Amino acid sequence: MAEGKVDPVHQFTIEPLFGTDHLSLAGYNIAFTNSALWMAITAFVLIVFVGGGAKQALVPGRWQMAVESFTGFVDDLLRANIGASGRAYLPYVFSLFMFILFANMLGLLPLALVGLHPFTPTSHFTVTGVLAIISFSIVLIRGFTKHGFHFFSLFVPHGTPLAMIPIIFPIELISFMVRPFSLGLRLFVAMMAGHVLLEVLSGFVISGTNAGALTFGIAALPSFLLMVGICALELLVAGIQAYVFALLTCVYLNDAENLH
Amino acid sequence: MPQIAQLATTYSSQVFWLLVFFGLVFLVVGRGFVPKVMAAVDSRDKQIAADLAAAEAARKAADAEEEAWRVQANKQRAEAHALVAAAKLDAAKATEARLAVANKTIDVRLAEAEGRIETARAGALGEIELVAAEAAGQIASRLAGLSVDDVTARAAVKEVLHG
Repeated sequence: MAEGKVDPVHQFTIEPLFGTDHLSLAGYNIAFTNSALWMAITAFVLIVFVGGGAKQALVPGRWQMAVESFTGFVDDLLRANIGASGRAYLPYVFSLFMFILFANMLGLLPLALVGLHPFTPTSHFTVTGVLAIISFSIVLIRGFTKHGFHFFSLFVPHGTPLAMIPIIFPIELISFMVRPFSLGLRLFVAMMAGHVLLEVLSGFVISGTNAGALTFGIAALPSFLLMVGICALELLVAGIQAYVFALLTCVYLNDAENLH
Repeated sequence: MPQIAQLATTYSSQVFWLLVFFGLVFLVVGRGFVPKVMAAVDSRDKQIAADLAAAEAARKAADAEEEAWRVQANKQRAEAHALVAAAKLDAAKATEARLAVANKTIDVRLAEAEGRIETARAGALGEIELVAAEAAGQIASRLAGLSVDDVTARAAVKEVLHG
């Protein structure tokens, strides 16, 4: 710590835990890593949180009220974007939103104070990419099962002149195919950028403090104050990115459900 | 950047454990708890709506009841008024009839009394004529020494009394 050399991306390193380095399934390595551990913690905390609020009391307590406000939030999101048929997607979109939210939030916990190293699974595009592909797959499956080949009319906006269709169609198709990438990369980038920023600033704090009183005053202290503000911002980003992921999933599902 | 540097060695583990834990969340939370929570919310909303509707219906029923009561009360009041008026009329008629009877009785009695007075007066007048005739006969015999018979005296008295 005192050597003042901080590697800002070291925090994203994946390390196998409990000696499971060579655990494999059908030839693929499935080592139980720190990433997997934090996904497990996320799942556990989420199950405890929602399970504790699923009491179905007629007059809800605080915990039940909190859980109901989350389900109500996602339900409103689906209703606003898809309509009444959006209810069918509530289990998936709610799980998605809450899983991302909890993973983001838990990754920001200051557990390093007690010697633990929190890990944010959503700062890996392998994770966000899989979630994006799941959302995109649901859109494709729902779109083709409900509308068949008519689903391709999604790529021809209303009122497109006939002559323009050969140009518009590939553009719309490409913008459609880019969706899973933008969806997954947005979350990954937002999470990683925030963590890197905090790590870089903490590097300033450490090296500035070690280099003497002058650098402490002009570099370390302002960086530390900035970190406090950015921590608050990161909490906001954690919520916003989970919301954006869920919102865009709803928007894409609306295309599948209602075409245009 | 470990995300890229470790991609080849860790992608399978990342994907696998994500599917395991996200799948767990989807099954337990999404399929298990969320429908329960939504059912609770929906049933609560439904109950609130039903209670409000019931309260509204009760209010309307109460209004209707009050209106019916008012109509009934007005009707009964009118009936009571009619009864009172009829009773008054009856009473007035009965009073009139009894007054008439009483008047008639009084008239009869008055007539009788008047008749009696008339006969008494007539009797008294006859008596006075007799007494006066006797007195006149005696006065005549005493003063003039004339003996006047009763019939003459009476005729003379009658002539004086009745002019």
